[in-house]
Amino acid sequence: MSTELIIATVLGGLTIGSALMVVLSHHPVRSVLYLIVTFFLITANYVLMNAQFIAIVNIIVYAGAIMVLFLFVLMLLNLSKEDEPRSSLFMKVAAALAGGVLFLVLFAALKDAAIFAPQLATPHDESMGLVKNLGHLLFTKYVLPFEISSILFIAAMVGAVLLAKRDKQIIE
Amino acid sequence: MSVAQLVPLIILLPLIGALINGILGKKLPKAVVGAIATGVMALSFGLALVVFSQLDKAVEIDLFTMLDTESFSLHARLLADNLSVWMTLIVTGVGTLIHLFSMGYMKHDAGYYKFFVYLNLFIFAMLILVLGSNYFMLFFGWEGVGICSYLLIGFWYGDFKNTVAARKAFIMNRVGDLGLLIGLFLLLFNFGTLEYSELSAAIIGSKVDLSTVLCGITLCLFIGATGKSAQIPLFTWLPDAMAGPTPVSALIHAATMVTAGIFLVVRSNYMFELAPMTQDIMLYIGLATSIVAAFIAMRQNDIKKVLAYSTVSQLGMLFVALGMGAYTAAMFHVTTHAFFKALLFLGSGSVIHAMSDEQDIRQMGGLRKKIPVTHITFLIGTLAISGFPLLSGFYSKDEIIAHAFTHGTWLYVALMASAALTAIYMFRLYFVTFHGSFRGTHEQEHHLHEGPPSMTLPLIVLAILSVFGGILNLPGIWLHNMAHWMSHHFEHNVAGLNLIKHTAPEGNLALMLMIAASVMSLAILVVCYLVYGKKNSIPVADAQLKGWEKWSAGKLYFDELYNFLFVRPTEWLSEKGSHYFESMFLHRSVVGVGQLIGKSGDLVRKWQTGRTDSYILWMVLGLIGLVVYFLIYKYY
Amino acid sequence: MVLATIFESGVGIKFYMLLATALFVIGAFGVIYRKNAIILLMCIELMLNAANLLLVAFSTYFGKADGQLFVFFIMVVAAAEATVGLSILVLVFRNARSVDIRLFNKLKD
Repeated sequence: MSTELIIATVLGGLTIGSALMVVLSHHPVRSVLYLIVTFFLITANYVLMNAQFIAIVNIIVYAGAIMVLFLFVLMLLNLSKEDEPRSSLFMKVAAALAGGVLFLVLFAALKDAAIFAPQLATPHDESMGLVKNLGHLLFTKYVLPFEISSILFIAAMVGAVLLAKRDKQIIE
Repeated sequence: MSVAQLVPLIILLPLIGALINGILGKKLPKAVVGAIATGVMALSFGLALVVFSQLDKAVEIDLFTMLDTESFSLHARLLADNLSVWMTLIVTGVGTLIHLFSMGYMKHDAGYYKFFVYLNLFIFAMLILVLGSNYFMLFFGWEGVGICSYLLIGFWYGDFKNTVAARKAFIMNRVGDLGLLIGLFLLLFNFGTLEYSELSAAIIGSKVDLSTVLCGITLCLFIGATGKSAQIPLFTWLPDAMAGPTPVSALIHAATMVTAGIFLVVRSNYMFELAPMTQDIMLYIGLATSIVAAFIAMRQNDIKKVLAYSTVSQLGMLFVALGMGAYTAAMFHVTTHAFFKALLFLGSGSVIHAMSDEQDIRQMGGLRKKIPVTHITFLIGTLAISGFPLLSGFYSKDEIIAHAFTHGTWLYVALMASAALTAIYMFRLYFVTFHGSFRGTHEQEHHLHEGPPSMTLPLIVLAILSVFGGILNLPGIWLHNMAHWMSHHFEHNVAGLNLIKHTAPEGNLALMLMIAASVMSLAILVVCYLVYGKKNSIPVADAQLKGWEKWSAGKLYFDELYNFLFVRPTEWLSEKGSHYFESMFLHRSVVGVGQLIGKSGDLVRKWQTGRTDSYILWMVLGLIGLVVYFLIYKYY
Repeated sequence: MVLATIFESGVGIKFYMLLATALFVIGAFGVIYRKNAIILLMCIELMLNAANLLLVAFSTYFGKADGQLFVFFIMVVAAAEATVGLSILVLVFRNARSVDIRLFNKLKD
């Protein structure tokens, strides 16, 4: 049992645990907080895998921006514990069963994905996950998706603003 | 133009007439429609005369091939030999006269152009029937005339009785046609061909004993002839067919269509000669039909019904002739019968027209002074059919009776009896209609008038033919060179007939037979004059009839018998079938399918809850399904 | 000190496959199970992250950077989607006074 394996296992276990708490928690705010914790743990996984840029971006975008947004909305809607709707037992069982089956099926589909092991003899590039290399790839091979994603952002922004406007102004 | 070019033209002309009148007839004036229809008929007759004069050896005219398989082939081919050309002459000649008559008779009818279309179509089909060179063409024409007969009998379809009569005619014909069809199948099966020439070559002079095969085939052909030519048991349609206009009765049910059965047998003469059993059956059935029909005619009071039963009786006599193997004698009688029967029917049409559509002879009487032309021609027709000496009917009937004498004395007696009955009912009809005092209403008396020339001219022509038509086949007593011209004519180039040397008795025996027949005919004329003409006796009303008269007037209750045996069970069966099979089974299953769809739709609709969470659940399940499918696909 | 790659040190790719799949399934379960619309959106984010994790794992495993770039784009899309989704939610809340998704059944007819 190498150190990496222990660390990875612990991290993995914690991640799954906090994800479960997201889903199972009764209080919405607690769910949000648990999700933030989950994101931090996933970032740790990224760091373990030498994907530094992604790790930082994950923190900034997800934990920093998106989750804050969620919290804002949650506070805005001012929900408390008793507003939390409950679902029937049938749905609980069905959902759990569906989830379990999905897990098995997906794993079965994926498990033969990496049949061939990469040659460990050739040393991997440590610096693969660094910003410089990623940026280089982004602006050469994937420049078109990059540009289009900027359009996507504009559309999202405009959409969000339009949607959230007060009705009175639209009628006028 | 050669025969080969003229014959197809003869057949096509009536078709063209029918097409022109069919497409444009509604807009054309009535005179033009009639002129076109009668014109093409006259043209066809003229061309037929040309062909008749030119024809020596039989000519086969190939039109096109319909079917060409390994085992057999069907050709649209025409055969012009003396038999088919003679029939063509009769059909087109008498047909032209009847078309001319129709121009006057149907003048006030709204469906004027339709009538001529149907008439021309009928002639077209009949010409194909007689001019075809194989049994398939004959069958095609056979069915064609059946359809045209149906259309024409039910011409005044506004009155439901007429359509019932038309349907009855068609169905009875159909029963006979089944026999004909089976006969054709048997021919095809045994000989592999339907061509007259090939069959005659295969059968005549064949070393193989074909008698059983031919007995079966000829029996089937005879059944077909029974349907078309109204013999027992398929004869009840013909009296009912009088529901159609009188020119139709004249053309179809006197001169042409009903002779198709005779034509069939004459065409297949060599087959019938080798099947003596069928000949005997033909003879007995013909004889029975002849006497039964004559008996029924004795007490009928509708002028057309008497003539209809008379036709059935004469056809019976023709089948007796065929049963004896006297084919040319039968053709002679067919010719003269066409003349005087068409004359009688047209004459009755003239009478009906004069009587403002009255057909019951009990309402008539004393018409001879009012409608003289019709009276004289009708008298001539009556004399001809009764065998008055030296008229055409006398010669043709006498030849058949002479043949019967050599066949067997009992047959001679029976045929003489039938001839006697014929004379009796015909003279009864004549005297009651034209003599005595008028018994109709004042209005009818007021309207009594002779028809226009278009109606009287055909009557005169046919009367002349009825008088002098006997010349065609005189017995050998006088004019030795000209004797039996028609028989020799047919024996010249018609397959099979040239081998049959069935001659009637000649010399003194023939003379004695003729004298006997003449005496009988004259005697009956005198008696009937005394009973019906002088004494001015009116036929009694139906309710007061007794004994044999009741049976005669009741048509020997054949219709009632058939109704009981066939019509009622079929109606019962169809009613039960309709109820059980259709309403309970079919209707429910068809409607059931619709209801099933509806109910399953209701079921599926419950799936659309509109709730997001159940949708998501189903999406996940679908995703699982998809991945499972691909996994299985990958591993198997 | 960051190790060369984790896969050279005994952690198999199967481990990350399991982890990512488990996270995905938990997210799916949450989507089906939870009735609060906001939590629903959050679970969707969780599923996206699971996918991201697996992508990065494979990217490191095969030594190609394309996987990580794709993660980048997924994040872009996730951000946009969360934004728009939340604004719609706010609008719906204004009308329905609740975020229970069982009330949003106007798709039925």
